[in-house]
Amino acid sequence: MIRDQETLDSLAETVARFVAERLVPNEAKIADDDRVPDDIVAEMRALGLFGLSIPEEYGGLGLTMEEEVRIAFELGQTSPAFRSLIGTNNGIGSQGIVMDGTPEQKRRYLPRLAKGEIVGSFALTEPEAGSDAASLRTTARREGDHYVLNGTKRFITNAPQAGVFTVMARTNPADKGPGGISAFLVDAGLSGLSIGKPDKKMGQKGAHTADVVFDQCKVPASALIGGVEGQGFKTAMKVLDRGRLHISAVCVGVAQRLIREMVTYASNRVQFGKPIAQFQLVQAMMADSQAECYGARCMVEETARRRDRGLPITVEVACSKMMASEMVGRVADRAVQVFGGAGYIADYGIERFYRDVRLFRLYEGTTQIQQLVIARGLLDAAKG
Amino acid sequence: MKVLVAVKRVVDYNVKIRVKSDNTGVETANVKMSMNPFDEIGVEEAVRLKEAGKATEIVAVSMGPQACQETIRTALAMGADRGILVLTDAELQPLAVAKILKVLCDKEQPGLVILGKQAIDDDCNQTGQMLAALLDWPQATFASKLELGVSDARVTREIDGGLETITVTLPAVLTTDLRLNEPRYASLPNIMKAKKKPIDTVDPASLGVDVAPRLSTLKVNEPAKRQAGVKVATVADLVAKLKTEAKVI
Ligand SMILES: Cc1cc2nc3c(=O)[nH]c(=O)nc-3n(C[C@H](O)[C@H](O)[C@H](O)COP(=O)(O)OP(=O)(O)OC[C@H]3O[C@@H](n4cnc5c(N)ncnc54)[C@H](O)[C@@H]3O)c2cc1C
Repeated sequence: MIRDQETLDSLAETVARFVAERLVPNEAKIADDDRVPDDIVAEMRALGLFGLSIPEEYGGLGLTMEEEVRIAFELGQTSPAFRSLIGTNNGIGSQGIVMDGTPEQKRRYLPRLAKGEIVGSFALTEPEAGSDAASLRTTARREGDHYVLNGTKRFITNAPQAGVFTVMARTNPADKGPGGISAFLVDAGLSGLSIGKPDKKMGQKGAHTADVVFDQCKVPASALIGGVEGQGFKTAMKVLDRGRLHISAVCVGVAQRLIREMVTYASNRVQFGKPIAQFQLVQAMMADSQAECYGARCMVEETARRRDRGLPITVEVACSKMMASEMVGRVADRAVQVFGGAGYIADYGIERFYRDVRLFRLYEGTTQIQQLVIARGLLDAAKG
Repeated sequence: MKVLVAVKRVVDYNVKIRVKSDNTGVETANVKMSMNPFDEIGVEEAVRLKEAGKATEIVAVSMGPQACQETIRTALAMGADRGILVLTDAELQPLAVAKILKVLCDKEQPGLVILGKQAIDDDCNQTGQMLAALLDWPQATFASKLELGVSDARVTREIDGGLETITVTLPAVLTTDLRLNEPRYASLPNIMKAKKKPIDTVDPASLGVDVAPRLSTLKVNEPAKRQAGVKVATVADLVAKLKTEAKVI
């Protein structure tokens, strides 16, 4: 749902301009330094980018999903590491609170998350529980008016920067499945909570992941999201449905950028006496990329509209995430091809995107997991 | 003090300008439009004056078709308080714009009017000067620095070969140069809030201004195509070419 086209257009234009003028020129630098400089973070804060999806009453923009994906298309037009920085506050790091938090939890965290004063992280994955997240082993044991957390979370985005973690932990040891899991809001800096060394990653340098380790970490009972045990896995899945759609939109944005890069390069690079863009085999790579990108964009927009109408979206989101992330993988591969040897050389920046986009097919559910979700949806529907 | 800022909707500075095939003007259909960059600097300066407690209200004025409302909204998102849209489909030349602004200044009584030194579409560089003459107010053009006092303003101007510092008594007309400031990005929450700020719509006739063009455009041409450059192999080649072909040394 788009509430006001003119306002949305000007939001999107402002983000596009910020991306082009401030982020694109710094892509190589943040990859080399493996960090986004403080002044850019401050500018992202001032622009209001941390609060896109947080309701207006808590100081965010309260964008609808259709509005949010439009902004994500623009944010996608640069290194995904920039987007990752604000990604968790708008997505998996805040939405558990937005969707299922108590009024007190919302008041406590959302205004600071919306302003970017704190960063929120989402801690589901564990060393032994990835795709099979429901098998997670981190425990939360009730002791009086506290819970005591023990366990290790792995590959947690923005963990080194985070001020608050949404942590999925098992409160009912007897229930080994999703029903035994609850979600907690854990403040960084609590004793018994430690963060591992940042992981060395294939791409998206400048964005960080790390282990989050709980060793007898005591949190107040009021940290239980929604105040009810056993709802944590449901919360996580709802959060991921939304997050996956945002990621899909980012994939479309990156693909659009890469297609532009391909067209510019192919129009200028001369071989056999003419720009390579005039060779039909090169045109095919650009045309296939554009068609697939447009297809993914339409899926993302339609699924966003469905969500705004309150319709079920789990299957549609899985379809979008699979299509968009696989699509941008193919587009990045073709971009390397169109650039030829230059595509493999770091100075041109294309190989960096090629590595960066690889992640989209892995996190927030691998492609195989999206396939399982889609198939399960089909089979359930057939059962009636 | 009230500050009035003029904001013009022009073809975006990133757009590659194309001349219409009938040579009557430049192509503006389906072309991205945005606020004249010099006017953006004007809005920024006004907002800084307000933040410093020196301006109390900022009024942004734009003239032209309904779409100019978007340009006013941009100014409101940056921090202007309200807008005035002078709605007309007529071609507006600098004198007409200056006359309209004169009437608005008579009504609004601002202490300072800020305009861009020129608009990047027609590069006229006339409106501010004409407005000052019509109002019989002092003018400080091509400003690269403004220090606003209670009854006067100290302005550094960019002139050929250097800087000139002048003092003008208020009310005055100021036109901005590129180095006056670096305009901010309107924040996303402020863009949303701008929607709720008021914009008055008036038209030239109701202001009693005859906007009929005094100049007629005979023809608009693309600049002559530049010849493709050449790469030289050695410094000696370069020097030779500079001597014999370019004849600059
Ligand atoms: C950079 C990065 C950031 C991340 N950020 C976060 C974060 O912020 N929070 C968080 O909680 N997690 C995060 N993750 C974790 C991520 O979500 C998981 O890595 C992902 O879900 C896959 O889990 P896994 O790595 O354990 O792989 P596995 O589950 O071990 O999968 C390995 C392979 O087996 C396949 N597979 C597994 N099960 C099946 C099946 N049933 N049928 C068919 N194929 C199957 C998978 O598709 C995959 O190809 C992040 C990961 C990375 C790399």
